[in-house]
Amino acid sequence: MSVELTEMPFSIPKQELMEPGNTACHGCGATLSMRYVLKAMGKNTVVSVPASCWAVIPGAMPNRTLDVPMVYTPFAATGASISGLREALDLQGKEDYNVVGFAGDGGTSDIGLQSLSGAMERGHNVFYIMYDNEGYMNTGVQRSGSTPYGAVTTTTPLGKDRNYKKQPKKVVADLMIAQKVPYVATATVAYPEDLVRKIGNAKRINGPKFIQILSPCPTGWYYSPEKTVEVSRLAVQSHMFPLYEYINGTFKLSKPPQPIEVRKYLAAQSRFSHLNDAEIEEIQSYVDKRWAELQKMERGSGQPTPG
Amino acid sequence: MIKTVQKYNAIMTGNEAVAIGAKLARVRFISAYPITPQTTIVEKLAEMVANRELDSRYVEVESEHSAMAAVMASELTGARSYTATSSHGLLYMHEMLHWVAGQRLPVVMSVVNRAIGPPWNIWSDQTDTMNQKDTGWLQVYCESNQEALDTILMGYKIAENRDVLLPLMTMEDAFVLSHTSEPVNVPEQKAVDDFLPELDLSFRIDVENPMGYGSYSTPDGPFMELKKDMSDSMDKARKAIKKVTAEFAASMERDYSGLLEEFMMEDAEYAIIASGTLASSGKYVVQRMREKGHKVGLIRIRFFRPFPSEEIRNATKGLKALGVMDRSMSFGTGGNTYLEVSSSLYGQGYTPIYGFTAGLGGRDVKIEDFEEMFRVMENKEPGRYWINVRGAD
Repeated sequence: MSVELTEMPFSIPKQELMEPGNTACHGCGATLSMRYVLKAMGKNTVVSVPASCWAVIPGAMPNRTLDVPMVYTPFAATGASISGLREALDLQGKEDYNVVGFAGDGGTSDIGLQSLSGAMERGHNVFYIMYDNEGYMNTGVQRSGSTPYGAVTTTTPLGKDRNYKKQPKKVVADLMIAQKVPYVATATVAYPEDLVRKIGNAKRINGPKFIQILSPCPTGWYYSPEKTVEVSRLAVQSHMFPLYEYINGTFKLSKPPQPIEVRKYLAAQSRFSHLNDAEIEEIQSYVDKRWAELQKMERGSGQPTPG
Repeated sequence: MIKTVQKYNAIMTGNEAVAIGAKLARVRFISAYPITPQTTIVEKLAEMVANRELDSRYVEVESEHSAMAAVMASELTGARSYTATSSHGLLYMHEMLHWVAGQRLPVVMSVVNRAIGPPWNIWSDQTDTMNQKDTGWLQVYCESNQEALDTILMGYKIAENRDVLLPLMTMEDAFVLSHTSEPVNVPEQKAVDDFLPELDLSFRIDVENPMGYGSYSTPDGPFMELKKDMSDSMDKARKAIKKVTAEFAASMERDYSGLLEEFMMEDAEYAIIASGTLASSGKYVVQRMREKGHKVGLIRIRFFRPFPSEEIRNATKGLKALGVMDRSMSFGTGGNTYLEVSSSLYGQGYTPIYGFTAGLGGRDVKIEDFEEMFRVMENKEPGRYWINVRGAD
């Protein structure tokens, strides 16, 4: 599907549902993610946000930066919140509202996983967007289940024991495929057309939708704020964060036209700067293995795609 | 004393009564998680929804935390919402209870009072709801299946009062009410509709008028003012409770007399404060002792939040001693009702107060236990006493 990444027409709606002015860090990937998601969703949308960066980005009460209703909810509750919103809105004839959970990776892969899995299993017609900045960034860069192997965080400090994160990233989108959620996709801010197109595909499905958006974080990944889109692109090109789409059992993997070694992606961020050659090789071999598995999955999904 | 015109038309358990109460209140959204001894409430409601006797969405979620989160979200859309739980399930909801109250949502929840482990114990005990007294929910302890049904109807009307706009939890004792059949008067739907209008939540979710629900507030922001407003509303709820119970008495011919019930308190010298079905047992003992010439009485607390301090002050004037029963314990201090009553009577002249811890984990509180409490009040120093426990002094 390399064609998707190179020859896409400009397809992003002009409508802005995010007003200028917010309290995000410079170069915030999660802010870009929200902006594109809302463009794709449109005005008839209710967003539910748990404790996370996005509980803070709109600013203190009574400020709000979004032109859609925003329901804040405790950390573990996003899946349940969108379940309640969906059913109660449908009951009142408001089936045309998009109900969108917008949660960080800690709130999704860790404390909110039970609630997410329950909501997806019950089959509500909802979108769950996981904006993945690979750690508890709002609380000061702690390790989450979604933090990749090798990263230094404030709770996996290098120290004398080189105590960087020793476990691979828990990829929630993969879990959602295992659960047979009707629509599952990954996306990232360097490819906004791809992101908007995927939400368009998701909208056609009456059921639960899960999209994991890699949202680079200059504050927690230790790179310069203007590099967010670049880092996002390197993540895809290096196969560190593969972009895929799974629709009712059919799996499509986006193959970047110019693959690069993970070394280039890792070198762009100081959270990996301690890694030695052997450790980088370990990551490369893990990434290669996962890429091969994803290709195998695509071949086995019944509808192989060119690319 | 509760004045009732007895026109029973059904026999049912407390859990069935509560489910029928929710149905009569025309709840639109129900979300719950199974826990003994609550389960038959939501089973009954699921059945009503399946049979189209109730036009409502029923969502069985994967935890009580999610049940209350889903209910918060549904109520924000303007749909009258309901859940039920018990014991550990209620504790698991604790965080969400603060959120629903803080969002000013008039949700009503039924709680079947059950002990908290360890050791595991499914019997009657008020520790679960006493642990929630600071969440901003109104709390009502019921003593009969009729009251459990009626309190759902009154509960929505009180909670949805514009001066209140706080959630309300209504309690029934595990098994003693939840699984025991009693005669009940089930009101006509028309009478309930006349009494309880549809919910009209002024700040419900609307894409034409987008708002943030629960965004953050700094120390200088409205955080403290919003908490004061909740506190003020809880105080205003006293008036709403009296108004609504009076309206209910006028239309349904059952008068629950506001925040508490006084039983044989005229000229009483010794009295016990209790709640739930322990108060029913207590009334029986008080009646027996009265027949033998003892000047004793009982005060049954219905509303624990807001706490009926003024009513207790008025009801206990001139007593020689007051006993306060608790089916829960705040370890390191005393029973929760005992503490609240002591605080209510502080500076009001000296009434000796005795705190009695009884019936934990569903242990029976028998006639002789009540008699023992009255004996302690006559013969011992004021303080805290455990009733019918092995290893006590």
